[in-house]
Amino acid sequence: MRFVDEYRDAEKARALSAKIADLCEPGRQYKFMEVCGGHTHTIYKHGLEDYLPENIELVHGPGCPVCVIPMGRIDDSIHIARQPGVLMTSFGDMMRVPGSNGSFFDSNAEGTNIRMVYSPLDSLKIARQNPDQQVVFMAIGFETTAPSTAMTLLRAEAEGLRNFSVFCNHVTIIPAIKAILDSPDLRLDGFLGPGHVSTVIGCRPYEFIARDYGKPLVVAGFEPLDLLQSIYMLMLQLTEGRCEVENQYRRVVPWDGNPVALRTINETMELRPYFEWRGLGFISHSATRLRERYADFDAERRFELPGIRVADPKACQCGEVLKGVLKPWECKVFGTACTPETPIGTCMVSPEGACAAYYNFGRFSRERVKEASRV
Amino acid sequence: MCLAIPGEIIEILPDRPELAKVDVSGVRRSINIGLLGDDSPVPGEWVLIHVGFALSKIDEQEAQAVLEFLEDIGNAYTDELEALQQSWIE
Ligand code: SF4
Repeated sequence: MRFVDEYRDAEKARALSAKIADLCEPGRQYKFMEVCGGHTHTIYKHGLEDYLPENIELVHGPGCPVCVIPMGRIDDSIHIARQPGVLMTSFGDMMRVPGSNGSFFDSNAEGTNIRMVYSPLDSLKIARQNPDQQVVFMAIGFETTAPSTAMTLLRAEAEGLRNFSVFCNHVTIIPAIKAILDSPDLRLDGFLGPGHVSTVIGCRPYEFIARDYGKPLVVAGFEPLDLLQSIYMLMLQLTEGRCEVENQYRRVVPWDGNPVALRTINETMELRPYFEWRGLGFISHSATRLRERYADFDAERRFELPGIRVADPKACQCGEVLKGVLKPWECKVFGTACTPETPIGTCMVSPEGACAAYYNFGRFSRERVKEASRV
Repeated sequence: MCLAIPGEIIEILPDRPELAKVDVSGVRRSINIGLLGDDSPVPGEWVLIHVGFALSKIDEQEAQAVLEFLEDIGNAYTDELEALQQSWIE
């Protein structure tokens, strides 16, 4: 398995880590944000911070779609699921996300029928098999997932399915990054760009980050060595005084993204004026809804939604974690009241959530937890 | 659901050219390949699969590296495989 070692080999990691250390200006602190939850997962699973000099800090970003769904949308979903004759479907990761009156699992215990599906296309099959039920797919995800929902809509339309609709909660990554750049709380030196989102949107949409904000961004793969190499590329840009968008994950991410996927999204969805993100508040043009033409398949038009805005629980500091201002272990309820079994906030639910990643793998962060609990 | 997992194309379904049978760590299921546009994969090629759709083609070397990596991250991958096993796209 030579090619596996090629990406994983610890020697290489150490060599890269030495090269990174060489580029560090003494006394300077560097802060890079990894936007994507998949990266957060890799970083903690492999203890990548151990390979970085002390003055480089990795900050977790908002790129976990499960984590950013606000409570109100969970409540709205449950409201739809409670309507007579409704069978709701969603991804497994959504089932335990807490709303203000419990999760989908809790709601099912009280009689709703919310089923996990692997693919939105599975919901179509369920709709065909249950013609007397209204099947509603609760859609979430960034641009990685939106094309799948879009293709599913096209298929539902082609089949003329009358009992299928989508509760669209797709979010877009660029406005979230912009919100972070505009927030006064955080000073960042650069970004590790999300790998899979970029297979769809490509690298161009990040150019404003380098051009208007003067921060470099490197689109990164998911292997530990990918991340180290990307950090090295960021450091090299800083050292050489360059500020660009670069693509470390070229073996998967085309510079221009996936044109078919983008076209399909654009055909079926349009940007909402604004959307609420858990912890980050309302962000303009940061999510999509179905276009008028697909009104028949739009659960938001088919069912009346209370659309109530529910504040995040007081104890929860997910917002700070999603913005990278707090480390998971700095949240007051981390690992005590909030665990993957009894999540208070969303970051503890999805395996890509920063809190869950810390909780499950945080080798040396566990030490920090102990430290934190001592004070 | 955030994961994208590599699968090998086994066959393109003859009557449904937008669907392909793939093998993911021994699990065989149908996925949709419509997002690849004109660049349809052929049997033996590898694709990155996300929620039942091929997102992009990848070479075998990349596929093996990603698989190894995913197998290593444990639960998240086995959960994803289990979910795929429940899937029945047609
Ligand atoms: S520990 Fe729980 S409540 Fe605190 S930030 Fe993490 S997920 Fe949110």
